[in-house]
Amino acid sequence: MRVTVIDYKAGNLTSVLKALHYLSAETVITDSDLAPIEQAERIVLPGVGHFAATQRLDDTGITPAIRAAIARGVPFLGICVGMQWLYAGSTEAPDHAGLAHFAESCTRFPEGAEKVPHVGWNSLAPKSSSRLLAGITDGEYVYFTHSYKAPVTADTAAAAQYMEPFAAAVERGNVMGVQFHPEKSSETGLKILRNFLELPC
Amino acid sequence: MLTRRIIACLDVHAGRVVKGVQFVDLVDAGDPAALAARHAREGADEIVLLDITATHEGRQTLLDTVRRTAKELFVPFTVGGGIRTAQDAEQVFIAGADKISINSAALADPALIGEIGKNFGSQAVVVAIDARRAAIQLDARRDPEAADPIRNAQVYVQGGRRPAGRTVVEWAREAEERGAGEILLTSMDSDGTRAGFDCELTAAVSEAVRIPVIASGGAGTVGHFADVFTRGKADAALAASIFHFGVSSARSLKEELAQSGIPVRLPC
Repeated sequence: MRVTVIDYKAGNLTSVLKALHYLSAETVITDSDLAPIEQAERIVLPGVGHFAATQRLDDTGITPAIRAAIARGVPFLGICVGMQWLYAGSTEAPDHAGLAHFAESCTRFPEGAEKVPHVGWNSLAPKSSSRLLAGITDGEYVYFTHSYKAPVTADTAAAAQYMEPFAAAVERGNVMGVQFHPEKSSETGLKILRNFLELPC
Repeated sequence: MLTRRIIACLDVHAGRVVKGVQFVDLVDAGDPAALAARHAREGADEIVLLDITATHEGRQTLLDTVRRTAKELFVPFTVGGGIRTAQDAEQVFIAGADKISINSAALADPALIGEIGKNFGSQAVVVAIDARRAAIQLDARRDPEAADPIRNAQVYVQGGRRPAGRTVVEWAREAEERGAGEILLTSMDSDGTRAGFDCELTAAVSEAVRIPVIASGGAGTVGHFADVFTRGKADAALAASIFHFGVSSARSLKEELAQSGIPVRLPC
């Protein structure tokens, strides 16, 4: 299995690569070269930090290359900010557009009752139809660290609850995203990554 | 539901765990990679590795230890000890840490917090604070605030030997403003006593910031963990020597916490 991992210079790829290698995937990393995206069998867009960092995807021409790959049906997994980028945008960086594969926008958790960021292990309520979350049972825990989140919609593959319900995972066809960090979510996270790696491409 | 985290801490010197775990059944009790894997398997939510090697030569050994420990560890992994610069931090991240913990380096140069956060995200920067309650001031009768040992709790450096000249709550606030992702609060008064966490101090810090606070120092019983999660308002608790508390693993600690109504992740 070969996976193209996009490096847009936001944070550290080590953990994601380590998990993919553990699952016997071969990884190709690109920060600007479009060929690994044009020839990709599957694509992972990791990400931590600020939504504005995804600007680099536009600057390098990676955005249209990903759009084309998605149109070809290449399985795509966005992680954390990588998932948020699949939406139209985020109030974290209002002037910067996301891919808009999903029409909604990401917003900050409300100030008030609980701490923001949302950090720690929280439980998933997965949809039984999700291919990404196949075999994940209701109430399994995954590790989150984020202040912005996507709303629950028909494309939500799993909701989680922190002050309000939000999209912990999104999935439409082969385009998938997880707000949590599967590479840091123990056996449950590895199972989810394995599901992604086993999607037919 | 968001759960309270139990974090297993390994103190490492020259590539070996030197204290914190004296688990008789564990044959290879000194290997950080084996111990981290075991803690993770038994339900620890995160692993913290604190390098107490103070020498320059020790850095390469540490990076090698971090690499080996991180290799098959799929829970969040924090590394602290001896990180002085953004370059030090970068090396540790590349070796496989998800977060770094800085203490005296952040006090010496608070801008370091933002500098590391800019490249690796604020979620990756843990500011560790060693705290001591303030002694009652002589003029306490004239100034009641000066008599408040929590409000005036002092930050210490050099392993708790020297006061840094900052109050704990004010430094925690500044660390948050500068982009810290979490605070690791160690009560020097409670550390090693096994008489319980300093719940009042932990609550004061937790209420002063919006970022998670990890409580450390003083745990002796399962009840102490329950206390620090309720009265102490801690988001996570560090169990430096989790096997000393009459429980055999993170799993049994968590099972007991769950019975007392604390939300925890029980490993499957």
